[in-house]
Amino acid sequence: MTAAPTVRAPRAAALPGTGRLGVERTRAELRAFFRERDAVIFIFTYPLIMLAIFATVFDGQDQGTGDYSVPFAQYFLPGMIATGVMLTSFQSLAISIAVERDDGSLKRLRATPLPAAAYFYGKVGLVLATSVVQTALLLALAAVVYDVPMPWDMPDAAGRLATFAWVFVLGCAAGAVCGVAFSSLPRSGRSATAVITPVVLVLQFISGVFFAFFALPTWMQTVASVFPLKWMAQGMRSVFLPEQAAALEPSGSWQHGATAAVLVAWLVVGLVVGARTFRWRRRDDG
Amino acid sequence: MTTTHPSPGSGGTGPGPGGPAVDVRGLRKSYGAKRAVDGIDLRVERGEIFAVLGPNGAGKTTTVEILEGFRHRDAGEVRVLGEDPQTAGRAWRSRLGVVLQDSRDQAELTVAELVRHFATFYPRPRDPDEVIDAVGLREKARTRTRQLSGGQRRRLDVALGIVGRPELLFLDEPTTGFDPQARRSFWALVRSLREDGTTILLTTHYLDEAAHLADRAAVVRAGRVVALDAPDRLGGPAARRPVVRWLDGGVRRSERTDSPTALVASLAARLAGPDGEVPGLEVARPTLEDVYLELIGEPAAGAGPAPAAPTRPAPTDARTPDGPRAVVPEEARP
Repeated sequence: MTAAPTVRAPRAAALPGTGRLGVERTRAELRAFFRERDAVIFIFTYPLIMLAIFATVFDGQDQGTGDYSVPFAQYFLPGMIATGVMLTSFQSLAISIAVERDDGSLKRLRATPLPAAAYFYGKVGLVLATSVVQTALLLALAAVVYDVPMPWDMPDAAGRLATFAWVFVLGCAAGAVCGVAFSSLPRSGRSATAVITPVVLVLQFISGVFFAFFALPTWMQTVASVFPLKWMAQGMRSVFLPEQAAALEPSGSWQHGATAAVLVAWLVVGLVVGARTFRWRRRDDG
Repeated sequence: MTTTHPSPGSGGTGPGPGGPAVDVRGLRKSYGAKRAVDGIDLRVERGEIFAVLGPNGAGKTTTVEILEGFRHRDAGEVRVLGEDPQTAGRAWRSRLGVVLQDSRDQAELTVAELVRHFATFYPRPRDPDEVIDAVGLREKARTRTRQLSGGQRRRLDVALGIVGRPELLFLDEPTTGFDPQARRSFWALVRSLREDGTTILLTTHYLDEAAHLADRAAVVRAGRVVALDAPDRLGGPAARRPVVRWLDGGVRRSERTDSPTALVASLAARLAGPDGEVPGLEVARPTLEDVYLELIGEPAAGAGPAPAAPTRPAPTDARTPDGPRAVVPEEARP
């Protein structure tokens, strides 16, 4: 790794590539993440516990109208998957970047030749890895304990998995960039959790995660339609619910086009705002 | 003012090894109405340890963070390794090492993991294990950062600052909060880095640190350089004029003079008692601390120099490579 000690290597030694550094950052991010036991447990078990509680309490209460209904756990699972993605992308990044800005991690990295892009690739790697683990845990719990049918056992399995893939990836991406943008809002690392958690909770209540979306008041549905979580949950319902369940949506269809449009819009807004507001240093640091 | 710029026309490019590591002229930076840096000139030559001394709030950290590229200046010319920190890119950063003032980040990774990780950022990193040895953290290599003591933490900061084999290392108040033992071994580490050819710019508010380490020191006060010289010459000869004190009929007298011997001789002729002694006679040379306090405008300075100040070892004599060994020997730069 080092050149011969007494010979000075040419100054032009190439800087390491951004892609390789992105991999190094991902590795470091994952290592640090999984060592923070409390955060790992909170992020991973929260959706699992919620799914378990709701599916147990409302066992036998099918969700739907007089014409059509689906078992509670089956209706509830897509919302929890969407929530899980929001936790591992938006919430986790918004809090962790706010903390890293506050404790000087970002400033230290800024003082090195690490390109900014590699730092963000590391965050993307972290979000993807944790989101996949999160979703896998939820699917396993739903399938094993609550007998929720999995998309690969349902009609049009290929189409369902394709939908799952793009909703998942777009949801992670939009959540991640919004998390980066939102991380500039808390004034300190300590206040980050307090600032971000209520946002996440309110979105969960109005976006059809804890309550069936069709049962919410119209104005609440309208407000929720502005934010990505409602669309992620709806997209996931189109993956895990039978085709007839589309009739339960307020619009009467899965609205894949609108889902993609809203998620992409948030992705772009998050990118622009994030790029303009991102700071390597605390606000009180000059 | 205190520095000389032999060729004013050359202040453009030219990062050649002959140019200074840091060249600053007329640097200014204000925060609102407060002038944090008010016209600083500095020139740090390659291979030297340069200390920026001053009380808290004098503008040391602002200056250094402008040199590191963290802050934008309001006015002035700045060249660090031949480039303007405001526009310099990754290649320039790979030639710098930065040790920031306080650090409590990266708590979950171990010492070895962090040093190895940071080594991947650079084109020609030092061997991470050698760096860990050099800063004396071998036993702590597998310890998570959050479990390190303050001094160990600071050593890790230095390890992360030097693993990229920097030409220029910034140390911002590196030993604040150290016990005397830890400070001594830290100094030895810094000197061993200089022996490898690293230029070091150090800020500190500890005089003994500047005296032990620095080839030259700038004293900064209210955003200006008020003195710049080797630590044992700061303030010029006048500031070091000895003080002769004696008792004249029970009254304490003192006089600053360039010829203490002549004064003592005349006192002896005039006041010596039957035993040949002048009552209460002492000759003292102002300590670096006295000089420094005078420079930064503390009134305590002239009042009472410590008796018989021991002459401090000149910093150039204090370069024995005791303590941690040199990281990777390199040929010294010209």
